[in-house]
Amino acid sequence: MRYIPHTDADVAAMLKVVGAPSVESLFSHIPESLRLGKPLEIDPLDEAALISHLGELGAKNVRPTMPSFLGAGLSSHHVPVAVDMLLQRAEWYTAYTPYQPEVSQGTLQAVFEYQTLVAELFGPKAVPGLPAPFVSNASVYDGASAMAEAVLMARRLTGRSLVVACGAIHPHYVGTLHCYLDGIDDMGKSALKTVGFGPDGRIDQTALSKLLGECGDAVAAILVQSPNYLGVLQDVASLCASAQKVGALVVVATTEPLAFGVVKSPGSLGADIVVGEGIGLASAPSLGGPGVGLFAARTEHVRQMPGRLVGETVDQQGRRGYVLTLATREQHIRREKATSNICTNQGLIALAFAIHLCLLGKNGFRRLAEINLAKAEYLKARLSSVRGFRLPVAGQTFNEFAVTMRGSAEKAVALLRERGIFAGVPLLSPGFALPECPDADRTLLVAVNERHSREDLDRLALALDEVCP
Amino acid sequence: MNSAKHGPCPTRHLLHAEEPIFEMGATGRMGASLPTLDVPEVPLKSVLGELHRDDPPALPEVSEVDVTRHFTRLSRWNFAIDIGMYPLGSCTMKYNPKVNELVARMPGFAALHPAQAESTLQGALELMYRLEQCLREISGFARVTLQPAAGAHGELCGLMMIRAYHQSRGLSPRKVLIPDSAHGTNPASVTLNQMECLPVKTSSDGLLSVESVRAAVAQHPSNIAALMVTNPSTLGLFEEHIAEISSVIHEAGGLVYMDGANLNALLGKVRPGETGIDAMHINLHKTFTTPHGGGGPGSGPVGVVEKLVPFLPSPTVEHENSVFRLDYNRPQSIGRLRSFFGNFGMLVRAYTYIREMGGAGLTRATEMAVLNAVYLRALLQHEYPPVSEKPSMHEYVTSDKKLKKETSVQTLDLAKRLMDYGFHPPTVYFPLVVPGALMIEPTETESKETLDEFASALLQIADEARREPELVKHAPSHTALRRLDETKAARHPRLRWLPSL
Amino acid sequence: MSNFPSDLRYTKDHEWARIDGKRAVMGITDFAVHQLGDITLVDLPKEGESFRREQVLGTIESVKAVSDIYSPLSGKVTKTNDPLRDSPEILNEDCYDEGWMVELEMSNPDEAKDLMTSEEYAQYVKAQG
Repeated sequence: MRYIPHTDADVAAMLKVVGAPSVESLFSHIPESLRLGKPLEIDPLDEAALISHLGELGAKNVRPTMPSFLGAGLSSHHVPVAVDMLLQRAEWYTAYTPYQPEVSQGTLQAVFEYQTLVAELFGPKAVPGLPAPFVSNASVYDGASAMAEAVLMARRLTGRSLVVACGAIHPHYVGTLHCYLDGIDDMGKSALKTVGFGPDGRIDQTALSKLLGECGDAVAAILVQSPNYLGVLQDVASLCASAQKVGALVVVATTEPLAFGVVKSPGSLGADIVVGEGIGLASAPSLGGPGVGLFAARTEHVRQMPGRLVGETVDQQGRRGYVLTLATREQHIRREKATSNICTNQGLIALAFAIHLCLLGKNGFRRLAEINLAKAEYLKARLSSVRGFRLPVAGQTFNEFAVTMRGSAEKAVALLRERGIFAGVPLLSPGFALPECPDADRTLLVAVNERHSREDLDRLALALDEVCP
Repeated sequence: MNSAKHGPCPTRHLLHAEEPIFEMGATGRMGASLPTLDVPEVPLKSVLGELHRDDPPALPEVSEVDVTRHFTRLSRWNFAIDIGMYPLGSCTMKYNPKVNELVARMPGFAALHPAQAESTLQGALELMYRLEQCLREISGFARVTLQPAAGAHGELCGLMMIRAYHQSRGLSPRKVLIPDSAHGTNPASVTLNQMECLPVKTSSDGLLSVESVRAAVAQHPSNIAALMVTNPSTLGLFEEHIAEISSVIHEAGGLVYMDGANLNALLGKVRPGETGIDAMHINLHKTFTTPHGGGGPGSGPVGVVEKLVPFLPSPTVEHENSVFRLDYNRPQSIGRLRSFFGNFGMLVRAYTYIREMGGAGLTRATEMAVLNAVYLRALLQHEYPPVSEKPSMHEYVTSDKKLKKETSVQTLDLAKRLMDYGFHPPTVYFPLVVPGALMIEPTETESKETLDEFASALLQIADEARREPELVKHAPSHTALRRLDETKAARHPRLRWLPSL
Repeated sequence: MSNFPSDLRYTKDHEWARIDGKRAVMGITDFAVHQLGDITLVDLPKEGESFRREQVLGTIESVKAVSDIYSPLSGKVTKTNDPLRDSPEILNEDCYDEGWMVELEMSNPDEAKDLMTSEEYAQYVKAQG
């Protein structure tokens, strides 16, 4: 029992001190009727057999023979080797939540830096000499629950109940929002209004104006994803203008924070709360979890923000240090009146996200975004020039886009899978479907990033053309 | 080396003071390796128009060397399980096996994309299926969802399922009984479900009594949604009347939710699903060794009895005709609480641990966890009396009551002074029903020697409290920083680094 | 710690009231401040809001705790001590003058009779232990 150090002699000595006759006697106060009374039927494995068993399970999964084109909320970027190597330092991954700051300054400072990076990415630029315009928390579970929490926060801030979800938002995010809203009050599903997208893939502004005209003063938040589920960049500025007219807050969600290397940050365009998923830049995809829920908002809203916050302070000798702060918002103090019930968040993945952003730095982050955009534009041009293929929405995209093909997307993808190519996500995939998209059965979501060489992109275009009827 | 035998441990390491990374670097420096572009550059301004960001985000400009040194140096300011014991009650900070880290990183798991076709994910789905079977065997529930990202997320899920269950029968009861000893996530989860907390006073032992539950139920007939219970309680004591209490709730039309944070006391001994509990979350980052990571990620699977199965989050993992598949066809499901399927990387780690230990190993873990806690209690009880005479399980709760009577030292000071002895403090000031509480949970991965040193340290500190209280009240003095000004942090929040003029 | 000015009246929830005709100024007592420790945030109602006696009209926070503030008397808020929002530490320094919180126009001045005097409050606090 390599993790359990007790020898027979240890046990005997300890039982003696305790004054108990046996280990079993330590459980004798549990009513007999509640005792299990038989062994748990799980066979143990020694380390070598364990690795072998897990290796076999792993080998039953299929990986593509070239970088995959799967996106739909997770673009698996190349994450520098240094990130995971640093994460494997015991002081990072076997550390506890930093409630005792004197022995947790590593984690606390790292989170403070992470908060700074996310605020910088999502918000308006910090101006020297002025207070911070945007703040981020220490992370929440993932992008979808972050979006749900943002909506609940907007409702608390405005005292209003309605939420307007605009354009093509990731079905998992909408699903999560439904789940949370159904919980929070009797309005349930009726609290969520949707506005579709226009031919450019962006929000249908006419429909939105009409809706706001009808019930604008009951709207707590207008919600949009950018780039959206079809990869299209949204006009956040116009949305903020519309929202301001009715006193609603704007929540922007993103599944590709890299976009803001070349695209204006939602906070700088007027968004009140910006949330997103950081897994693509932080770690290997790992079947979509654990990821990291990015969460930032205008500074004036901080007291309604869920999740942990790290703040700067000094110690008794005047030296700079960091502590968890504004904890009175949280469950362990406010209990039933807390801003959220969140306790454990996604600390280690947030750290990974921060380390990657530091490695990229100002210029690297922008350059990586440029590379992603360029490669996606190249493939988009190639695919849209294939006979019978077209782009179903015309709006400008970043590194993911939808393409409508000559035949069934599901069939094409299955055929390419046999060649070791993961061509993209068909828009009617169970669990990932966006049926509102015209010709959804022939439409594929294709994600491109820096890992794809020009040859890879050419190969995909040729292959998709080949397998379509 | 821990030298509680000799006194507080002196700091002998090289600890570099490390400024925020934004204060380092040089213009133009970069630490990542980017490919050269093999397709045409995109004229950004014309393609993005008004959306074009002229000024990239102000990230630091540092080399890989700078970044590596920064995060390596920073890490050395942290305490960690691989450095020493965290006797944190209710957190089960047991050792994080290294083989788990290897397995989670196997490309066969790590490289999987959640939108891959199910036919390419058979190994992953099989792992999830097998983990569910193991957790069912351990907990005694009919099914287990692996979707929630943490314990609190599991609580949310559990209460949502309970609400859906009532709704399916055309009912909407509101009241959720919450013992006053409950963890804060419990009442917070209630609020997120448009339900109302009905506090139930626990005995001086922090235990629920059948009478108090009956009385609470009687005041709100036909309005009892659920009871949320922790077993063992947050005082580390077994809720002996749990079966009867569950019956009372069931008779009143309610369901029972168990916070499974203390499951480490029950493995192989009691299966909560067989004690009247209808739903329970399991903290994989507690009982099943997935690493805490400085604040997550965690994972909070929820086990449910048969009647709650229709409401499980969607999709579930099914096994039919030798094929594993995701079942989205669940009309009564509460839906989903997050994107994708769960914290898969943590599921892999937990499964690896469970398979290494096996049923007998897990049972032994519980036995030694309880032995360790009662051993510490025996060593410490004259100076740190337990708050209850009842037998402790995997954790023992004491307080500063005795010490405060005889000295000017309180729990906070004890906690800080323990750092000078090389230990992380226990959980303090929780549960709220015990003023000045100290909750000590060593876990089974600590040896007798470590426990002896820890007890010796606490006893020496009690002695210091009498003879030289200033040593305790001004602790810690051996850490890199002294006590931090939390008031200043709250009054004038500085939540990000700011560039100066 | 046992500073309870005699010209004030007190509630069992540790608020004080200074009555002046139809107006009453309220705050929290030295005992409450001491219990809370360093005050980090004060959340006050808006002018024009009305409260019944013993209804929650605001909250006060320290690093580790949040407490409700109850209105000692029924009435409408006519003034609030705004500097407290930016400088909650004022309460730690002087909770009876600079640290006043809310001025009310009483809707039922008879209620003032039910409040405790300084001596009664001192005894009440002592009995709390």
